[in-house]
Amino acid sequence: MSLDPAYLEYPRRRLGYDHDLYPYSAMPTRRPLQWPDGKGVATSIVVSLEWFPITPSDTPFRAPGHMQTAYPDYRHYTARDYGTRIGFYRLLDAFAKAGVRVSVAANGAIAQRYPSVIRDIVDAGHEIIAHSTDMNGTIASTLPVDAERALIRDSIAALSDVTGSAPRGWHSIARSQSFATTDLLVEAGIEYCVDWANDEVPWAFANGLVNLPLNHELSDRQIINVQQQSVDSYAEQILDAHDWLAGEAAVSGPGGGGRLLPLHLTPYIIGLPYRMGAFERLLADLKARPATWFARGSDILDSWRNQS
Amino acid sequence: MQEGAADPGLYDFSPYRGRKAFAWPGGKKVAVWVSPNLEYYEIDPPTNPHRKSWAKPHPDVVGYAHRDHANRVGHWRMAEVMSKHGFPGSVSLSVALCQHHPDVVADANARGWEFFSHGIYNTRYSYGMDERQERAIIEDSIRTVREATGQTIRGWLAPALTHTPRTLDLIAEYGLDYTCDLYHDDQPQRVKTASGDLISMPYSLEVNDHYGFFIYNMSPREYARTLIRQFERLADEPSGTVMCIPLHSYLIGQPHRIGAFEEVLRHIAADGRAWITRSGDIADAWRAVQTGEAA
Repeated sequence: MSLDPAYLEYPRRRLGYDHDLYPYSAMPTRRPLQWPDGKGVATSIVVSLEWFPITPSDTPFRAPGHMQTAYPDYRHYTARDYGTRIGFYRLLDAFAKAGVRVSVAANGAIAQRYPSVIRDIVDAGHEIIAHSTDMNGTIASTLPVDAERALIRDSIAALSDVTGSAPRGWHSIARSQSFATTDLLVEAGIEYCVDWANDEVPWAFANGLVNLPLNHELSDRQIINVQQQSVDSYAEQILDAHDWLAGEAAVSGPGGGGRLLPLHLTPYIIGLPYRMGAFERLLADLKARPATWFARGSDILDSWRNQS
Repeated sequence: MQEGAADPGLYDFSPYRGRKAFAWPGGKKVAVWVSPNLEYYEIDPPTNPHRKSWAKPHPDVVGYAHRDHANRVGHWRMAEVMSKHGFPGSVSLSVALCQHHPDVVADANARGWEFFSHGIYNTRYSYGMDERQERAIIEDSIRTVREATGQTIRGWLAPALTHTPRTLDLIAEYGLDYTCDLYHDDQPQRVKTASGDLISMPYSLEVNDHYGFFIYNMSPREYARTLIRQFERLADEPSGTVMCIPLHSYLIGQPHRIGAFEEVLRHIAADGRAWITRSGDIADAWRAVQTGEAA
């Protein structure tokens, strides 16, 4: 038994990455970022607002949260709708109470099916970013590039039709991209994506697209659904993250300076009655911390561009 | 090992009860070593017929970016906390990191950390290799680490824990003197090899941060309490033992975890019963104990 000799050849073993999508950067070498008003931690909330067809697609893969039982899967179809009808409005009220503006990553289907929800988001001063067409609109390298281009275009068009302006940001379902995605996003006029969770400050791809890392480890889905921890533990972990980042942000000189604390929320997870109280307390606790700058993705993008 | 045999013949059975108690240098009870896995995962690795690498078609953005966090952010954060509390690292190294991100390797070397090999990449598996191929990755590991750090590796943790029946014999033949791939003991033990002098160095899957967070689904504070209980129990037992804390900085170096972990290091450093050291030093001290007993 032996392996193909190519398995022991390493054509991309070289200084830097084994790809050319973006350059390497080590935390201690960086010039400190300054967020507005001397705040240390840009706290960015991204809510995924999604519509799951009861007829799931596995091409290129089935989205997280999608249908699980044999057809018709009433339990997951309706439980996801609960998030949009009920949980999301609890979140909108909580954001208003705390005076927080957020980014909502919406499927194009939300705009087509429920335009009033999109108007409620925009009227409250929140930002809409594009989040594919519907939850059958997953992306991977096995999807033909033309199909991916159409999916990005259709998502942006559906949202723009209701909001009257083009979204500046993009969030792929499950953060899954192909090797073509970043170029297709630039081609479609998108300025930033949130899919690459490899850092705690913004950075730019080689083609100019900016990435605002949306830490999947700090998402309600990961902590509450995947790791099966309580909402109280979730809130404790977010506050622990905040306090650590605030400490780093207070360091002057290379390696210190402003940080990102991304909260990725799912209305059908965090928006349940027994979780909302803890979430509202978390918002208040974050707001009470002097380092917090609640910011939409586009606010962070603009601030970062002004100093880089 | 005895290839194909029901008992692979790696070591002799030796129950805990009845062993002669010993202490580590300074009369310490628990040799505590921290093992950061400094790794490089390729974005588009070739396929090994015996094991799939990424779960998704390449690029697996979540998997790749998560591990990339280690080299951009996590390592630096974790290493600072370790140095602050006096814990050196014994690095399980994807040796190609010496080419891709030499800054990370140089930082670890400057902190006085020891290096052993964890293969070329954590996306290249040993399954299916012939002897010549396996010798090539061992020789590559020895050469690459020597050129990058001046150190001669003494240990081995198979890349992504992928072994062949000849791995232990080969690393012993090349003069490596400990393996981190065997989990049968809380003390070093002799390993049977065709040549050389190989011992098993207690590493750990059970208190590995990856197991803590993704097998047992612990919160950061639960994981920290687990490490403290592990230490306290070992320190209360009669003889010297080994406690390894294997880490991945893209996990422990996350902002919601590093604070709880720092409290663990503070606790162990303050306890007084820990010999806080490196894997090679443990191997030397254990051999000295064995020699002393034989004399």
